[in-house]
Amino acid sequence: MNAIQLTGLQKTYGRVKALDGLDLEVPAGSVFGFLGPNGAGKTTTLRILAGLAAANSGSVEINGKIVKAFSANKEIGYLPEEPAFYPWMTPQETLNYYAGIFGLTAKDSRARTSALLEQVGLKEAVKRRVGGFSRGMRQRLGLAQALINRPLILLLDEPVSALDPMGRKEVLELIESLSKECTILMSTHILADAERVCDTLAILDHGRRLLQSDLKTLMAHYATPQLDLEFANDQVENLEKVAEHIRHIASVSTVKVEGRVLRLTVTNIKMAQADVMKAMLAQSWRFERLDVVKPSLEEIFVRLVGEEGRAQ
Amino acid sequence: MSLFTAIKKEWLEQRRTKKLLVSVIVLTLFGMTSPLLAKIMPQIIALVPGGAALTALIPTPTLQDGVAQYIKNISQFGILLALLFSMGAVAAEKEKGTLALVLSKPMPRFTFLLAKFCALALTFTCGLALAAAAGYYYSVVLFGEVSLLPWLTLNGLILFYLLIYVAITLFFSTITHTQYVAAGGAFAVLIVLEILGSLPGLAKYLPAAMIQNPVLLMNGQTAADWQCLWVGAALLILSLLGAGLIFRHQEL
Repeated sequence: MNAIQLTGLQKTYGRVKALDGLDLEVPAGSVFGFLGPNGAGKTTTLRILAGLAAANSGSVEINGKIVKAFSANKEIGYLPEEPAFYPWMTPQETLNYYAGIFGLTAKDSRARTSALLEQVGLKEAVKRRVGGFSRGMRQRLGLAQALINRPLILLLDEPVSALDPMGRKEVLELIESLSKECTILMSTHILADAERVCDTLAILDHGRRLLQSDLKTLMAHYATPQLDLEFANDQVENLEKVAEHIRHIASVSTVKVEGRVLRLTVTNIKMAQADVMKAMLAQSWRFERLDVVKPSLEEIFVRLVGEEGRAQ
Repeated sequence: MSLFTAIKKEWLEQRRTKKLLVSVIVLTLFGMTSPLLAKIMPQIIALVPGGAALTALIPTPTLQDGVAQYIKNISQFGILLALLFSMGAVAAEKEKGTLALVLSKPMPRFTFLLAKFCALALTFTCGLALAAAAGYYYSVVLFGEVSLLPWLTLNGLILFYLLIYVAITLFFSTITHTQYVAAGGAFAVLIVLEILGSLPGLAKYLPAAMIQNPVLLMNGQTAADWQCLWVGAALLILSLLGAGLIFRHQEL
């Protein structure tokens, strides 16, 4: 069953097409990464799901029910990219206010607020006014408010973009832990984060979905077998010569020189490993390492979005 | 539940952002000083070079002068506060982004607006209550007996008059995305109503007329034309309903 199903979503702002017939299926229980370059339509999609914007056409289904435009859903928690709060409130008052909107009793609200402030690491700032918070602290409070109603679906728009490396690590761990409780739809441009926490991905460009797949299938499908052949500083003088020699190996398709490394695209990993090793030994050329390169999501993303860009 | 939660938050905002304090101080100050100024006006004029000759022409100030001064000051500064306090009520929340977090939760949009209006109404009620008490006390001390019921009626109608402008400003704050445009819109309505009020035969139907009627009552006369009350109520309700209808389908 899909937690979210978008069908043919269209949204225009004046002459700009923000969404151009977007279809998306977010499986229940997944951590769904929503990737795309700036202006791809990620934020617009999340805003439509959060009830803040309306699509010009197409349908939005949440947990099997068609959702009307501008209707906020009790089952959703939403964190915008730059959450803004009332500066004159304390974090506790802020969360109590949002809890009140969801109809939590004063007792439940206090308990939930306290637990969430602890969870996002704001317990010590509980009596401070939000106006004095750093961007990172506001982002944590934003995450807490998105969780106040124990949502079944959590919409996160660039949830870690404002955080320092430690904060990012903590929030990503928190997202990973939340994946057991709810479906998470997370937009991000930090592909390493998506690779780390997401199990399903969709790549958007120009308001359309370029692809949707689970991470393993995506990696397997788009992975280009590659080898890295690295040399020490005192071995680099022969680099061009070595590169030229390796180019003639049948199992090697391309050779690219990147600093002290030769990046080889190969047709068959095992065969190429053996062939390269043999060639190096035959020529008595020394090297530091010969490794299989794991393809990154970034490479797949650049390739897909680049192909799309060329097709436009 | 949502309305109670929203009003609680708005009321806290009125206190924390010092709107309540400003309303209380400004209105009470004018409530206190209006009868006093009316009473000592001849002495003030006498202090101006050449003013002594004029004092003989000025009649002895009466309660009616004190009341007229009170109405003029409280309504003018009250409207100014109504515009200033209400212009950012919705527009500033849109600008800053705070609205997105609230409305992505099951907070009905009209409830949100109504809570804003209620909290502002409460702020002006507090300010005006103290102003009325101060004005009444000073009027009694300076001019003698003041009829309480007409005085309360007068203040009730001033409050209603101010709330019409709160509602109008809220309407503009809702339909625009910047608070200055909201203030401009409300101010334009104020000017139009003032111009229309100067047209013969039309003034009695406009909100400004409603605060003149209690003056007649305080003078022991009868006020016949209360159509302005209905027009004022219609303006207030239409402003709130209009804001609600537009807000319901507004993108944030």
